[in-house]
Amino acid sequence: MDKVVQKAIASDKRWRAVYIACGLLIVALTLLMGAFLLYQGSQTFIKAHHSIWEFLFTSDWAPLDKTGLFGGKVGAAVYIVGSLETCLLALVICLPFAIGSAVYMTEISPKIGEKYFRPATEIYVSIPSVVYGWFGMTKLVPLIKNIFHPAMGGYSVLAASIVLAIMIFPTITTVSADAIKSVPMSYREGAYGLGATRWQVIGKVVLPAASGGILTGVILGLARAIGEALAVAMVIGKTRSFAANLLSPTSNLTSAIAADMGNTAQGGEYNLALWTMALLLFIISIVLIVLIHKLANGKKDK
Amino acid sequence: MNRAKKKDRFMTGVFYAIGWLMLAFLLYLTFTIIFDGLKGFSPDFLVAAGNGIFNQFFNTLYLVFLSLLVSVPIGIGAGVYLAEYAKEGKFLTMLEVSIESLSSLPSIVIGLFGYLAFIMWTGMSWNIVAGALTISILSIPLITTETNNAIRALPIEYKEGSLGLGATKSETIRKVLISAAMPQILTGVIMAAGRGFGEAAALLYTSGQSTYINWHNFWKITSPTSPLNPFRSGETLSLHIWVMRTEGALNPKATQIANFTSAVLVVLALLFTLVTRRISDKMRKRNNGGN
Repeated sequence: MDKVVQKAIASDKRWRAVYIACGLLIVALTLLMGAFLLYQGSQTFIKAHHSIWEFLFTSDWAPLDKTGLFGGKVGAAVYIVGSLETCLLALVICLPFAIGSAVYMTEISPKIGEKYFRPATEIYVSIPSVVYGWFGMTKLVPLIKNIFHPAMGGYSVLAASIVLAIMIFPTITTVSADAIKSVPMSYREGAYGLGATRWQVIGKVVLPAASGGILTGVILGLARAIGEALAVAMVIGKTRSFAANLLSPTSNLTSAIAADMGNTAQGGEYNLALWTMALLLFIISIVLIVLIHKLANGKKDK
Repeated sequence: MNRAKKKDRFMTGVFYAIGWLMLAFLLYLTFTIIFDGLKGFSPDFLVAAGNGIFNQFFNTLYLVFLSLLVSVPIGIGAGVYLAEYAKEGKFLTMLEVSIESLSSLPSIVIGLFGYLAFIMWTGMSWNIVAGALTISILSIPLITTETNNAIRALPIEYKEGSLGLGATKSETIRKVLISAAMPQILTGVIMAAGRGFGEAAALLYTSGQSTYINWHNFWKITSPTSPLNPFRSGETLSLHIWVMRTEGALNPKATQIANFTSAVLVVLALLFTLVTRRISDKMRKRNNGGN
């Protein structure tokens, strides 16, 4: 064979190896991350001999903060419940607005929607989360304080949920809008042909047909909300007790990690318990991601 | 008018209200943040010492630049793999799930992985390289996805033409496909840079929450106070807001500084969105005009 050709083939093979290596690297990185977090997060149970039950379902939080010293209590239920309730409330606040906006920008005014609303949701996404947190802390928290006069000031579950609702709004809106758009035109024509009004078409035909896609958006939003750290930490109040009502402060997984990871003794019980929280967040996120993957594949098969 | 029609009118009104409310809230949000930032502004916010945020701005630029050095080649490489080499199978599923995981894992979890891998296990203290590597984990999936989509969207003739002229597959990829797909890949890179600019949780325990630099040592890269030394701690703009929120007792201007920093970040976010929008609009026009 010609030398030039041989050289070209060899170079072709080298480049192929480079591209494959990039793909491998991403897979390896993800597996490594899972393995590292699993190792580090399981030490509460292995080294410090706490039970998984104690960590998940009891609320006695008094871990010892000294390297190698174990024997405190690591009940993280306050943080877990804090994360769950803020996320669910955020979802409840956000959903009507998100779906309403999605319907508006696809069914009611699609031209204006494409021209102004899609860019607007992109801007919502691009604003950094600390800025949302700072906005919540300087505008929303005082507002809640002035309206409801709660005993502990405006830092509360409600403040955290509203900030989260604003942050997951663009995710749910864009995914829902895409789902609504992909409902075949013939569905609408069929319903109109039977004499349905626009609201009947939207409520009884389009939204049910798009429900799978909307669900994907909801899960994506949930994944974002459960992992949001600094914005929530700035407004939730960070008190180590269950919230008595929506206006009382509490804490959550991410706030605890963000606040304490740096000031606890490495390898101490407290530090290890925080890593277990991180592992829990990782597991929750992976479950949500797999769920989304399943939903997307289910649609492909249909 | 019958009931169905009344209800239809009513619901249309509701949708109008919700839609415009969300747009109005966005306008309110951006304008109050920018307005509050400018209201408390004083010129010393711009300098590289004391109340100024110039150092934080420089750190952010430097950190994002370093992270792109890592994430752009790997992201494009993996995107090319997905578009041109990957075959259906277990490895492809694993790669897809990995990309989805990396792009939707909470940034604090990615930050903790960075803390574990680049700080705890290397024994170093907070440093910009650790922060940059952590940020690149967040940006690789963005660039990979954009590259993959961009190359797949190219007309098949590009590839056929190049292969027909006797180019090898890798030459075709490098000289034809990647350059034709460049605008969209660039969009991905800008999105990644924008994400890096705003990221805070992932940097909390990697690049650190403080900055000690001396601009006279600029070119002495090995000096611990040189701005260019990548192994010094470097607080970014977003982290500065997080730090300032607790500094109220120490610095009477902490609120104004955080307001101003928020305004800068919002303006940057608007710019990033505008630029990516422009590029993708241009591409859409070109694609529509072409074939």
